[in-house]
Amino acid sequence: MDIVILGLPLYYYIAMVAKVLVAFLFVLLTVAYATYAERKIIGFMQVRIGPNRTGPKGLLQPIADGLKLFFKEEIIPAEANKFAFLLAPLIALVPAFITFAVIPFGTTITVFGYDVPLQIVGYYDAGVGKVVDINVGMLYVLAMSSLGVYGIVLAGWASNSKYSLMGGLRASAQMVSYELAAGLAIIPVFMLVGSLSLQEIVNAQVGMKWFIWNSPMTFVAGMIFYVATLAEINRVPFDLPEAETELVSGFCTEYSSMKYAMFFMAEYANMVTVSALMVTMFLGGWDGPFVSTFPLLSPVYFVAKVYFLMFMAMWIRATLPRYRYDQLMALGWKVMLPTTLAIIAITAIAGYFGFYTFSDFFGM
Amino acid sequence: MPNPFTPIIQGMKITFGHLFKKPVTLMYPDERPKVAERFRGLHALKVSHNKAKCVACYLCPTVCPAKCITVEAGEDANHDKFAAKYEIDMLRCIFCGYCVEACPVDALKMTGEFELANYHREDFVFTKERLLEKK
Repeated sequence: MDIVILGLPLYYYIAMVAKVLVAFLFVLLTVAYATYAERKIIGFMQVRIGPNRTGPKGLLQPIADGLKLFFKEEIIPAEANKFAFLLAPLIALVPAFITFAVIPFGTTITVFGYDVPLQIVGYYDAGVGKVVDINVGMLYVLAMSSLGVYGIVLAGWASNSKYSLMGGLRASAQMVSYELAAGLAIIPVFMLVGSLSLQEIVNAQVGMKWFIWNSPMTFVAGMIFYVATLAEINRVPFDLPEAETELVSGFCTEYSSMKYAMFFMAEYANMVTVSALMVTMFLGGWDGPFVSTFPLLSPVYFVAKVYFLMFMAMWIRATLPRYRYDQLMALGWKVMLPTTLAIIAITAIAGYFGFYTFSDFFGM
Repeated sequence: MPNPFTPIIQGMKITFGHLFKKPVTLMYPDERPKVAERFRGLHALKVSHNKAKCVACYLCPTVCPAKCITVEAGEDANHDKFAAKYEIDMLRCIFCGYCVEACPVDALKMTGEFELANYHREDFVFTKERLLEKK
């Protein structure tokens, strides 16, 4: 087994394909059942039952919904730009999924004598003695999440309908302004870790030194990051691009059948992705009690944390009404942006005076 | 300036509390709602001594604000007046209950029956046979 392809051993490729399959299937299933979970949770929060007719407890509902949308008629408006109209849902969907390539969803486990890090692009380098991954992983994530907005803007423009265009415009304005706050909110983490590699960021938090409670600066940054990503993926209370009451369905007004389903898959996949990012950046990634003894616990912790954050997003959706457009812009530019800039400055000043994190300060 | 997070936290508390409440949903076709005693549903003609109590006095079609009751009087073997024809058009009826109030012989009542959907318009005209009280 010493076959080397492009400088990497063969088992690396086998492990990578296996990891891609597992992660992709897992994300797809999570996306499908997130719709079910959302309807159930919001149902219970509104003292009703939610879907319960399709299969036991309504568990086949996502499959029924998917099949229904799949067999619906595909309608392309006569005045729409056909190429852009068909391209838009793909552009929305693909970046939502490929972000997962760099997210470490577990520690390094040993399979058949080989050390396999649970990260799709990760590789355990025995010479260095640690996991090597994309050293600018976070830049890759930011690039991909910015691509998602193109799908929505393109959908709004290509539909050639005023509701779609308004939805697309709102989406682009909103995503650009909150991308800024989200991007600035993770800078304190980079300052403390000293690396853009997601593997390094998780390693810096191992041993319950999670950034959410390890420093007051990263706590505030984490909260802002979560709210800003909620806005970026157009979740309630920031769902202005598809506000039913004002814009019919916003950018997906003219979409039908599987293309409509793809926008919704993109929305839920984005929810999984930003939850995973939040977990990686601020909630310690796969870290948790007993991980060093039982490495197989690490993906369990990771998934549990991601699901907790997704539950939070659904809980927020059941609670808060939609923001008004000017309030949304004021929150993004007048509250979040100055706060994140202040946090960056405070982190730098505190670091100059020797305070990085609580664990560092008290020598734990 | 009031703390902007207070209302959000309060709201989140309320929704989380509701998560564990028993749903109020009635699984309708499987579970039936309990209809109130004085619910005004489909009419029924009361029966006494094996015939309808109605004496065809025309008070109910007179008082009916929707003009949905059609009565035609007839005479039976004992020279008593009775309703040879008694029809209520449920597409016009507004379920106000004035007909029941007006009836001098207490021959009409309203039941708890509320599922009046049908496939043809003519099926909504309830004839005397269909209105007779079922024992």
